[in-house]
Amino acid sequence: MPAPNTEVIGRKAQIVRRLRSVLPSDAVIDAPEETRAYECDALTAYRCAPLCAVLPRTTHEVSQILKICSEEGVPVVPRGAGTSLAGGALPTADSVILGVARMNEVLETDYENRFVRVQTGRTNLAVTGAVEGEDFFYAPDPSSQLACAIAGNIAMNSGGAHCLKYGVTTNNLMGVTLVLMNGDIVEIGGAHLDAAGLDLLGVICGSEGQLGVVTEATLRILRKPEGARPILMGFDDNEIAGTCVSDIIKAGILPVAIEFMDRPCIRATEAFAGAGYPDVEALLIVEVEGSEAEIDDQLARIVEIARRHNPVELRESKSSEESARIWLGRKSAFGAMGQINDYMCLDGTIPVTELPFVLRRIGEMSKEYGLDVGNVFHAGDGNMHPLILFDANKPGDLELCEAFGADILRLCVEVGGCLTGEHGVGIEKRDLMIDQYAPNDLDIQMAVKDVFDPDWLLNPAKVFPLEASQTRRMPVQS
Amino acid sequence: MKPIDEKSVVEIVQSTAGPLQIVGGGTRSKDLVTADKTLSVAGLSGVSLYEPGALTLVAQAGTPIAEINRVLAAERQRLAFEPMDHRGLLSTSGEPTIGGAVAANVSGPRRIQAGACRDSLLGVRFVDGAGRILKNGGRVMKNVTGYDLVKLMAGSRGTLGVVTEVSLKVQAIPECTGTLAWSGLGWAAALKVFSGALGSPYDITGAARLPEGWGNRDESSWTFIRVEGLENSVKYRLGELQKTFAEFPAPKVILDHEENQQIWQSVRNVSPFGDKVGNVWRTSVKPTDMISVVGKSDYEHVVDWGGGLVWTLAPEDVDLRQILKGIEGYSTLVRGDAFPSFEPENAIVTRLSEGLRQKFDPRGIFNPGLMG
Repeated sequence: MPAPNTEVIGRKAQIVRRLRSVLPSDAVIDAPEETRAYECDALTAYRCAPLCAVLPRTTHEVSQILKICSEEGVPVVPRGAGTSLAGGALPTADSVILGVARMNEVLETDYENRFVRVQTGRTNLAVTGAVEGEDFFYAPDPSSQLACAIAGNIAMNSGGAHCLKYGVTTNNLMGVTLVLMNGDIVEIGGAHLDAAGLDLLGVICGSEGQLGVVTEATLRILRKPEGARPILMGFDDNEIAGTCVSDIIKAGILPVAIEFMDRPCIRATEAFAGAGYPDVEALLIVEVEGSEAEIDDQLARIVEIARRHNPVELRESKSSEESARIWLGRKSAFGAMGQINDYMCLDGTIPVTELPFVLRRIGEMSKEYGLDVGNVFHAGDGNMHPLILFDANKPGDLELCEAFGADILRLCVEVGGCLTGEHGVGIEKRDLMIDQYAPNDLDIQMAVKDVFDPDWLLNPAKVFPLEASQTRRMPVQS
Repeated sequence: MKPIDEKSVVEIVQSTAGPLQIVGGGTRSKDLVTADKTLSVAGLSGVSLYEPGALTLVAQAGTPIAEINRVLAAERQRLAFEPMDHRGLLSTSGEPTIGGAVAANVSGPRRIQAGACRDSLLGVRFVDGAGRILKNGGRVMKNVTGYDLVKLMAGSRGTLGVVTEVSLKVQAIPECTGTLAWSGLGWAAALKVFSGALGSPYDITGAARLPEGWGNRDESSWTFIRVEGLENSVKYRLGELQKTFAEFPAPKVILDHEENQQIWQSVRNVSPFGDKVGNVWRTSVKPTDMISVVGKSDYEHVVDWGGGLVWTLAPEDVDLRQILKGIEGYSTLVRGDAFPSFEPENAIVTRLSEGLRQKFDPRGIFNPGLMG
């Protein structure tokens, strides 16, 4: 991270005083023992306590906070629930953390028009929780959905296992209340579809808290399907499993999820959760939705395709208990890998057709680096999650792991994919951006930030390589 | 000027000092601005990559949509967003291009289920006002690497850059399409059908209403609900929907391919207004506000998106925006020129949009004045 501005740190007392003047007393946290709670997000390898943290309850309070910080020239790091795996909410010592966690109200529920309007500190699962009484749900389902906030989902354009059918956050976001760094409050989009002019909503979603603070969101909700059931398939070759995925998609069947696990992951998961998975090279979980008859019909077609690829295991769920068992292992995969060792979770996306090649190369690189890697990912859309195991207590292991991770991500870009499919760039992949984008491609993205946040005060050291953004951030530093 | 490669586009942009009109197939006549020069992307044509197993296609901006449809159909796939063909409504000729569809974010009846054109768009290459070749996004379905300028470019109508190449997510053509068609439902009943169907678990891919006299069927209006998928599933869902709406006269069940094509093409292309005189407005509102929109006048309407999109045929001297004042949403004037095409936006959105145009096109040469 860039060196903090000592002049700003020197003005801490004044900044805190001004923030306290517009906020309730419990909304400003500046004692060092308390600000430490905000020193990192889920990328725990990097930590730094902020100058202070503020926890507003209303859009108006957010506006006043940003106005003060803008006048004081203080960087602001917006924070949802702090579950970012990319360091999207990592503070600097001269920054104010703006946490929206207390803004968790449901503002409007409209089943006839199929949307819900919420404050963005509400967690992803609690959005569905607010509408499931009427059998509706909010579709994007990141693994962290129990904890992660809608604000962070919008910042990172989060996905999930079921986005193969339902899309990611940007496809389910209809409108936002956005507070700009100068304190201006603006409504973009709403309960109607598409923009009258330029699609600003499209660029705000996924901008990692760098363009403004989203305090309220209008989200599309859907009626729950009548039912859903998975099938588990085992193959003795990754390549064949990859081809099977491609064949299912080509056949015109659209499962809601196609998940993939390789042998190291299966073994770790079995030891941890005991889901009864077969010991195979590659395992697929394919889930389809509809009425009982529709599910049977789709699964029969999927089985027919799978049989052409000589599966060593085909386990069709016949009950909700069996479905839960099939999902149990997949859902415990990250925890299981964490039992073995520290791990780093990557998030590159590749064209589905490159799956066999990329898996083979990752296996080769794993030997070269001497670090184990397990693969568990959303195969239907090519969003990979290689988990590299390392020992945080062993000097040099983290750095080795990071170098291995960077090589995997470069490989993803080389085969026509990208660095991150759903976690975001944050600080973690910031310096790899030059592998995906030419300098001009980055310049035009940074020009968008120039328009929304001319002084580069919002989450300034994220997304773009520090060198590339230096001249834009410099006025703040001087 | 009709460059055949990206390099020539750069040369044209760099050597142009004044206004430059950017066109694809030229089928949306309302988007043509007055300019000294015209740059057509129609010469940049062809599908450069198609992976049916990955549901992705990359094409040059000037590729005719008809050609893309042909390439996709050979693998039983299609564009999910069902782009409108404006030729009938606007009495234009020429060939709709994929670049044009992207530039105007043209999205048909399936918008409500599969998303808009922008939701199918995975990546773009474009030349900005400084003549730089830029890219954003890519050809994979999940990509959050950096800012999403792909969405920004979709619907920017050439004012931010000359789009040269697009990559798209495509979808399989379903085995079967089925439509329920109710004759003569009033507006309140039509809305009840729309909201009931779209709030059901039956995965509706079309919810529309055509006005009286359409297609010389008879003198009544028609309200349509469409489902797509495996044949047994379509039949099952149509049956369940009929039960749901037992309070209304029984609908006609349409499973015939040709008839389905005809209905949904008419909705998509707003065919009922094609040979009628008057301005055509396209209004995007909250679906239940359809009732307020149609209640404000006696004009004729075509309704799509379950009530969320209302097309209005109005006399040439009528400013529909004045009539609809107070209803949240916006109206775009698609045919006629007595009023600005685009609904003015709030001051902050206008300032941000202006700022973006200034960054992407510092000399203000691309389609000047088109979007404000």
